[in-house]
Amino acid sequence: MSMTLDTRPDASRTTRSNQKLSVIDCDIHPLAQTPGEITQFLPVQWREYVETWGGFYRQALANTLSHPRIAPDVARHDAYPPKGPPGSDLAFMSEQHLDANNVEYGMLMPLNRGPGNQRNLEFGAALSSAVNDWQVAYWTSRDERLRASIVIPQEDAGAAVAEIEKRAGDASFVQIMVPPRSLEPLGRKRYWPIYQAAVECNLPIALHVSGINGFASTASGFPSYYIEEHHSNVQGMQSLITSLVFEGVFERFPELRIVLVEGGIVWAQALRWRLDKHWQKFRSELPHIKRPPSEYVSRHIWFTTQPLDEPERPQDLAAIFQDIGIDRIMFSTDYPHWDFDDPRFVLGKLGLAPDLAQQIFSGNAKALYNL
Amino acid sequence: MPLTAETPSLFGPPAIDCDIHISVPSTDVLLPYLDAYWYDAFVSRGIDRTSFEMTGDSPGAPHSARPDWRPSAGRPGSDLPLLKGALDAFGTSAAIANCIFGGVALHSADMAGVMCRAVNQWVKEEWLDKEPRLRASILVPQNSPEHAVAEIEHWAPDTRFVQVLMLAGGKELLGQRYHWPMYEAAARYGLTIGVHAGSLYHHPLATSFGSYQAEDYVAQSFAFESQTLSLVSEGVFQKFPDLKVVFLESGVTWLPACLWRFNKTWRGVRPEIPWVERFPADIVREHVRLTVQPFDAPDMADGLRHWCDQMGTDEMLLFATDFPHWHFDGADAFPLSGDSSLARPILFDNPLATYARLHAVEQEDAIP
Repeated sequence: MSMTLDTRPDASRTTRSNQKLSVIDCDIHPLAQTPGEITQFLPVQWREYVETWGGFYRQALANTLSHPRIAPDVARHDAYPPKGPPGSDLAFMSEQHLDANNVEYGMLMPLNRGPGNQRNLEFGAALSSAVNDWQVAYWTSRDERLRASIVIPQEDAGAAVAEIEKRAGDASFVQIMVPPRSLEPLGRKRYWPIYQAAVECNLPIALHVSGINGFASTASGFPSYYIEEHHSNVQGMQSLITSLVFEGVFERFPELRIVLVEGGIVWAQALRWRLDKHWQKFRSELPHIKRPPSEYVSRHIWFTTQPLDEPERPQDLAAIFQDIGIDRIMFSTDYPHWDFDDPRFVLGKLGLAPDLAQQIFSGNAKALYNL
Repeated sequence: MPLTAETPSLFGPPAIDCDIHISVPSTDVLLPYLDAYWYDAFVSRGIDRTSFEMTGDSPGAPHSARPDWRPSAGRPGSDLPLLKGALDAFGTSAAIANCIFGGVALHSADMAGVMCRAVNQWVKEEWLDKEPRLRASILVPQNSPEHAVAEIEHWAPDTRFVQVLMLAGGKELLGQRYHWPMYEAAARYGLTIGVHAGSLYHHPLATSFGSYQAEDYVAQSFAFESQTLSLVSEGVFQKFPDLKVVFLESGVTWLPACLWRFNKTWRGVRPEIPWVERFPADIVREHVRLTVQPFDAPDMADGLRHWCDQMGTDEMLLFATDFPHWHFDGADAFPLSGDSSLARPILFDNPLATYARLHAVEQEDAIP
């Protein structure tokens, strides 16, 4: 939540303690300057469809969510380029973030227009492909630091696999992106063809908080406020891990790698304890789960740092990170969103030795993505 | 039962068990407590012969009863001598009984209300009147604040009822204004709000339903996390400054990380809820209490100390066995002895400070 209020990058501030650290930012949000930037990649049929009908989602409102956000475009006030919304101008993004923060690689997380949330599955598949074309045309081909995420229509596993296979040979794409708020818990078998394809293509699955599935975000209905809705992503990540483990996904796909993006980290310690504790009494229901659940979490799950957890006793942060595994934690900023974590300051709270800090800032991502 | 007598428990200090379970053996035991209309409705519709066992509460599941607490016949928690034996074994001074009955999940608020009234009457006659160490929670139809308030007002004169009982998964989040008449009534009578693991089955996850009961059981803590956010964000504790909420069978280790995140988000978006004028963690420390079984960290003795250190207070945790559920064996309900600085707070002082009505009994030194 360290919001930078400067309107321009301040060169003098880049000379702080993290100056020598290279940064891999595992969560950058690109936006289209105009809808046409993306729809130009749609077949005529679907371009006409979207111009006539718009998107079609499992919620009351057609063009926004039912919890108004805390900032316009969910963005930093200083992230508006001369033209278009925050995150839509590569030159501005480079100056404000990639260059200023010594970003060696940046992982694109396109959330706009939500192909995976479309109720019309055919349109969702076409839109996925268009967003992927757009990532290459407007971003990765123009800046060699950027890497794309394969956007897929996850509710149509066949079309999702086709899209993965179409992109897997293109080195611009380093992972597959799935919204955690899917129609069913992501451990369910309807999604297993996606995991099969991920393993075959040797690509991690990135789960960035998002998704419109029509279900309330809590077990007791919709919350009233954005502060609750924002936090419900934490419970969402916990239920996601629980589902993947108990449904046996990691038993079936021992090579599968999962990256949880923007869901927090420190809760994973207690969740691992809780899974192990209750697994003991539920084993007869789960004969397919051969190992303590925490072992699957350790082996298969990576986490990104933003928004960095802030325990009341600062020393708890490093202790819990160590327990979860420093090698599973990757730095992210969430640029250009309002709760951006600034690499110049944010990990200082950890008090880690420089080599461990460098692992989080870039080493772990390099290893995971073969960069 | 004079709690001032300070009868030592097996663990040293006197013990108040804040979560034990009793269960309605079959629906027909409620028939004597129905009026003519509902008696006829139950019998003519076969409701008295219907099981209202809740999903995820299978009496055959291993965690539903410790082997030595499983009755030879009938549902776990339906046998008074077994419960007396457990209270004797731990030297428990008082125990708060929670009787969860599936009638609360009925869509008809009227029928759910009638079921709750009958269950509470049955609890009074078959348990409270027969075992002086017992106290109980008032089961209410939480989907219907109107009926729930009536239920609270009906039982409030009997100070053996110390708490209002709801489930962690409901139709609406518990902070929402719609529920506030229940909190007003509870505060008026010095009753705590007990929120127990369990669900009216809206859906347990933001992604609907998984395949396994294990998943739903783990997910209880996610439901409690949402309730924590809701109760604080909606301003329940500003409106009812004396209200205490007790999380029952919630697990505890999820809470510190939840509150760290909540504090952080609040710093960024507090203009959205301007009535929340201090850190959410401080509000929770003051108003929320949690029972310690099932304890969801590897080592309970170390875990209790670590948790209290992380939370910066020894006042939030309450002793509970969760009888007859199976979370521990033998006498391992509580790992700390009287030598530990945490033993007396968790076993006795915190329960006594949380449940105002335990004092009421104590002062009157008689059961009404």
